[in-house]
Amino acid sequence: MSEITLTIDGREITTQPGRTILEAAEEHGIYIPRLCHLPGLKPFGGCRVCTVLVNGRSEAACTQPVAQGIVVENDTEQLRAWRRNIIEMLFVEGNHFCPSCEKSGDCELQALAYRMGISAPRHPFLWPRREVDASHPDVLIDHNRCILCARCARTSRDIDGKEVFGFVGRGPARKLTINPGARLVDSALDVTDQAVNACPVGAILRKRGAYATPVGRRHYDRAPIGSGIETPAELTIDRGDQP
Amino acid sequence: MDTEVRQITSDACRAFANDGTRLLDILHEIQRRLGHVPPDAIEAIADCTSLAPVRVQQTLAFYAFFSDRPLGKVVIRLCDDVVDRMWGYDAVRAAFEKALGIPMGGTTPDGMIGLQRTPCIGMSDQSPAALVGTTVFTRLTPESAERIVAGLRAGCQPAELIEKCGDGNNAHTLVRAMVRNNIRQPGAVLLTEGERGAAIANALAMSPAEVIRTVKNARLRGCGGAGFPTGMKWEFARSARGPRKLIFCNADEGEPGTFKDRVLLTEHPNRVFAGMTIAGYAVGAAEGILYLRAEYAYLRPFLEDILARRRADGLLGNAIRGKHSFGFDIRIQLGAGSYVCGAELALLRSCEGGPGEPMTRPPFPVQSGYLGCPSVVNNVETLALVTKILESGAPAFSELGEEGCSGTKLLSLSGDCTRPGVYEVPLGTPLRDVLDMCGGGDARSVLVGGASGRFVGPALFDRLISFDDLSTGGAIIVFGPQRSVPEIVELYSHFFAEESCGYCAPCRIGTVLLRERLGRIVRGTGEPADLEYLEELGDTMKATSRCGLGQAAPNALLSSLKNFRPAYEELVRSDPDGFKRAFDLDKAVTQAGEIAARLSIRGQEVAL
Repeated sequence: MSEITLTIDGREITTQPGRTILEAAEEHGIYIPRLCHLPGLKPFGGCRVCTVLVNGRSEAACTQPVAQGIVVENDTEQLRAWRRNIIEMLFVEGNHFCPSCEKSGDCELQALAYRMGISAPRHPFLWPRREVDASHPDVLIDHNRCILCARCARTSRDIDGKEVFGFVGRGPARKLTINPGARLVDSALDVTDQAVNACPVGAILRKRGAYATPVGRRHYDRAPIGSGIETPAELTIDRGDQP
Repeated sequence: MDTEVRQITSDACRAFANDGTRLLDILHEIQRRLGHVPPDAIEAIADCTSLAPVRVQQTLAFYAFFSDRPLGKVVIRLCDDVVDRMWGYDAVRAAFEKALGIPMGGTTPDGMIGLQRTPCIGMSDQSPAALVGTTVFTRLTPESAERIVAGLRAGCQPAELIEKCGDGNNAHTLVRAMVRNNIRQPGAVLLTEGERGAAIANALAMSPAEVIRTVKNARLRGCGGAGFPTGMKWEFARSARGPRKLIFCNADEGEPGTFKDRVLLTEHPNRVFAGMTIAGYAVGAAEGILYLRAEYAYLRPFLEDILARRRADGLLGNAIRGKHSFGFDIRIQLGAGSYVCGAELALLRSCEGGPGEPMTRPPFPVQSGYLGCPSVVNNVETLALVTKILESGAPAFSELGEEGCSGTKLLSLSGDCTRPGVYEVPLGTPLRDVLDMCGGGDARSVLVGGASGRFVGPALFDRLISFDDLSTGGAIIVFGPQRSVPEIVELYSHFFAEESCGYCAPCRIGTVLLRERLGRIVRGTGEPADLEYLEELGDTMKATSRCGLGQAAPNALLSSLKNFRPAYEELVRSDPDGFKRAFDLDKAVTQAGEIAARLSIRGQEVAL
């Protein structure tokens, strides 16, 4: 099939039909921030952090296929502001305590906040009451830190072939769950499941060994999120409207 | 496991061929027999249907009309919409609570009667209203609430408590509802009955492509609110590949303030079913599904009867009107209490038995929708208009509009007007004329398009009701000088937070944050910076939410901040000393004070 040409922030790129905007951008070293996207899984479009403008209309880059001649805006002041706002919302929706989180430095939510120059969310904290399920011998779920990205649920279903997780409740009551009445230890989850590694935050954690790599030498301590995708590797941290 | 639960569950599953896509029907049936869906039933359904138990639980927990615990043998669902609040909701609620001896959300100790609140049930022109079981009660007063409770206590069925049936088919033996049509201004759709079967005969005399061309020439656009050209939608579905295609009629009008589809389904169901059949012929579909909101379940026996008659008359089934190449049949899918299911991508998920989380688009439903099949979703009114167009021809229809618009629009008028009800007006009619018609001349603010619509003031009353100017799915709510716009917007913000499906972050979290900040403003502790905060939050939700619910949830807020800013500015103030007005010092130190066993109240220390 013939190639497709589109522009992202004024840069013309060519790609194959059938790709998403996010994939096409990545091929060409353009990073579009994302959270619920995980390569190998069917796109979900839930976090909306990858929102871009396609011919002036907002779409999620992870689910929107490329089309000939489309004009995509990605790294603009407006889009950065919307994305910052979503990241700030995710921080107040749960109970996140970065300094004491085992995932600090390896957490994609935290890394995006750093990249976007967020030091504290402008929204009021909602302080929900959420549970911790530490029943499983090797894995624990701390719902306080869950951002409902469904990466674990989709990985369990589509890669591990188990469908351990689902979601119940609607709107603000939405909650990651396992089979009714069951605890994690009752489920088919095994510590070797890919689902355990799919969590972008500190909601699903492998027990023991959380500090094998000391804080300060972790993934996003060494390089900002997205820098592995971006060529040229020059990256400035967007200070946003913070002082 | 309880053997009764197991038996009822397996019967219910078997009644729907153990088909997991019929999960809503299975849950309805179990709930009809047991009053709720107990945890044991979840396992049993999973066994019968081969669904993962978590999926069954997901659907059960999503819909407001399903419950995993007993709510009462009869459940009273009192409609808690803005319009009900205007016409006496508080007093009716208090009367129910007093007569039942329980608070809202409770169940009587004997387990007989439950009291729940529910968003708009499509009776805004005769509010306050409630569902008792599936029976609708309208124009409630504290006295009628007491009578209902006394009747239920005396062992009456809810339907036996209806004192007088409404007009038209509301009095039909299969409906017997006290609902009134309130057709105030009939037009081209509502006025003439037309010969039953004429539209289908005309359509079948043409090729499917000619039918699509006719609908295109009539310039018919979707009446659910989005205004997408109907003929184009059909053409996409016709050219989509797939052996199985379906036509869906969206009868899930959940937009607060809308009720015109209820009137069409009551008075012109044949028009609607004929429209579905014609769509089936044009698209190449053999199946139709009418997705009926659970609030309108009282219409179901009547509609099933109409379908049976149409089958008997050769207007549905194999070889329609003797044309051997065309067969089409329709079934009714009952919803279960979820506003978002009125969005086509959520409606299709719901029809598959899932929670009403919208599907990802693209692919578009016309390419791949219900179970991956090309699916056309059309509004009730759109399909009724299709029948009209095929009856009288495209030119007659396209000539109906004014100011370059084509056709007519049904409007649901409610609020501060003397003649609330359904109006059929030519598209292009100025809002001011509509307000005059309904006796809403005293209007200071009007919500065009319902809760997700736009708030306009007198300066915009000369704008036109049309797809390209003041666009509306039909709801127009009128507010007089005594109403506070910020308070109305705050009330609706609760609705959106309750109805967000929770799939995407900006809607799930944004609707809650909007509600919190608006609450602060109407309570009088808001600050000027809150208005800018709300604008930025609303703008983010509009731009980044995944479906129409989150994108439209801030509409009333953003338009009212633009058109009624002084009303908000009156409510917000800066603190002269620079303190945060929403911060309640006493409340903030209460817990610490309790731990320390002394309380600090405005500078004084009080030992506990």
